[in-house]
Amino acid sequence: MSRYLLRRLLIAIPSLLGISIVLFTVLALAPGDPFEELATNPNVPAEVRMNLRAKFGLDDPVPVRYVRWLGAMAQGDWGFSFASRIDVDTLILQRLPVTLLVIGSSQLLALLIALPVGIYAATRPYSWFDQIANTLAFVGFSLPSFFTGILFILLFSITLDWLPFVYRADISATGWQWFWEHFKQTLMPVMVLGLFQGASYTRYVRSAVLDVIRLDYVTTARSKGLAERAVIIKHVVRTALIPVVTLVALQMPAIFGGAIVTEQIFRVPGIGSLLISAILANDTPVVMAVTFVLSCLVIFFNLVADLLYGWLDPRISYQ
Amino acid sequence: MAGSTPASPISNAAVASLPRQRSPGAEAWRRFRRHRLALAGTVVLAIIVFAVVLGPLLWPVAINEIDFAASLKGPSWRHPLGTDDLGQDLLARMLYGGRISLAVGIAAMLIAIVVGTLVGALAGMSRGPLDTVLMWITDLFLSLPQLPLLLLIIYLFRDSLKALVGVEASVFILVVGVIGGFRWMPVARLVRAQFLSLREKEFVEAARALGASPLRQVVRHILPNALGPVIVAGTIDVAAAIIAESTLSFLGLGFPPDVPTWGRILFDAKDHLDIAPHWALIPGTAIFLVVLSINYIGDGLRDALDPRKVM
Repeated sequence: MSRYLLRRLLIAIPSLLGISIVLFTVLALAPGDPFEELATNPNVPAEVRMNLRAKFGLDDPVPVRYVRWLGAMAQGDWGFSFASRIDVDTLILQRLPVTLLVIGSSQLLALLIALPVGIYAATRPYSWFDQIANTLAFVGFSLPSFFTGILFILLFSITLDWLPFVYRADISATGWQWFWEHFKQTLMPVMVLGLFQGASYTRYVRSAVLDVIRLDYVTTARSKGLAERAVIIKHVVRTALIPVVTLVALQMPAIFGGAIVTEQIFRVPGIGSLLISAILANDTPVVMAVTFVLSCLVIFFNLVADLLYGWLDPRISYQ
Repeated sequence: MAGSTPASPISNAAVASLPRQRSPGAEAWRRFRRHRLALAGTVVLAIIVFAVVLGPLLWPVAINEIDFAASLKGPSWRHPLGTDDLGQDLLARMLYGGRISLAVGIAAMLIAIVVGTLVGALAGMSRGPLDTVLMWITDLFLSLPQLPLLLLIIYLFRDSLKALVGVEASVFILVVGVIGGFRWMPVARLVRAQFLSLREKEFVEAARALGASPLRQVVRHILPNALGPVIVAGTIDVAAAIIAESTLSFLGLGFPPDVPTWGRILFDAKDHLDIAPHWALIPGTAIFLVVLSINYIGDGLRDALDPRKVM
């Protein structure tokens, strides 16, 4: 298992490098110059600007700049946020926990919906339950998350007045009251993300279970006299989960995209809304760093998926 | 997939009535028709496309006519879908915005399909190192976080392209190019998989034995047989591109305020939810209906064109 893990880790390194090359290329190709403001400022002589450019290495060849940039990123030296006046890594570390909390709980919600509904629907294909679940799943993933968010605000905040629609980081209450307030304000973002993901996962789970349930080894398990429950849970679901894990891992970039939108709608102070506000404020170091962090998270969750394969199907780790 | 349950009851029925000869097109249409929701989706989508293409001719109200006396009004005879905060007619804006949203969806889909088919065909035909490299790039693109990169690219290149070709054209090119550029990977994988199996089939071997050049083998023999899954993927891509464009506009980073795409209208409406819910509900419902119809059409096309099951 540990050799398998090591191999997967080594495979992750080229993808990380590839992503950093893509990011750097985008940045290097982009027009615009960090010292552009100085160029238009008549009080700054041209040679001062040239000296500054030389000092920050902007005139070096592109590969040299790439290596230097990568070294700085790897050492955690991500620059200084012009808009927030603090180091970028501190800023991101402040914002990251909220994002991970929202994404984590929404994935949990999505799986809590998708696994039972998908499995139940697949064991009774084309029944009423299956058709209703299928239709709801279609509706669920055709609803863009920004529209679901607005519908939820209209229903739960404006019409019913149950939940707050602006996320507040500075809740003064303590103890259970504090917990309850946080729970209430996290509920809508988590539901928006979780229901969307849950809808597509339900379809994955259903079709994966359908593929497995008629295989010969399942018939063998049934003819051994095992209870239907044991057959489904121990024999079918474990095998069926392998393609589901692949698809969930492939969905990771989309999940982060959805998190950006939800954070923006509900003003959750996570790294998604940080990205948007940094873009609107022309705060390039923050934009770059957030994109880089999100890419790393995607790679990390792909690694987790690889580990899950090893657990679900021990043959994979011995290949 | 021996012994597995078919994806839908339709494929069973299709097998049962095989003996009668039909042209492939008629057969596909027959199978598509069986999927009632796909048919309903086609009708809904046709109505929306029709309205968006012809609507501005039949409802000649300016999209930027400001009338503060009528601001934030609900639906009425004068303004069938109500007005926004500047008193602009929402029906006219929706019809105009729909043109852009649909155009973005279709153009981005075309880019995705062309790039994906090229990459997939190259990889599938070459085998060897080129295949490995192309597939590595495909996997790399699949693991990029698309929305942040989309935002990053638009943020970095917006201004210079604006100077080059003007505001609306520049945003259109950027949005379409970037969305298309991030959606070709599934197509490339599908095409490569199809090529790998088709190039070993007897009819391709026969063409090769008769001296057909590799290009002719691809264009005349392999590609036409690989198109089914590509069409299905392309359909779904239109929906995904429309969502991506609306998301960008909804985040305030897509089209400028004077170009009322559906996402942009929703973005403008979200601060007035309490007094003018219709303003947000109309564009949101439009996006939802279009995406749902396209997804159902894609599902129907899968039954019709793709005997294999694709994810």
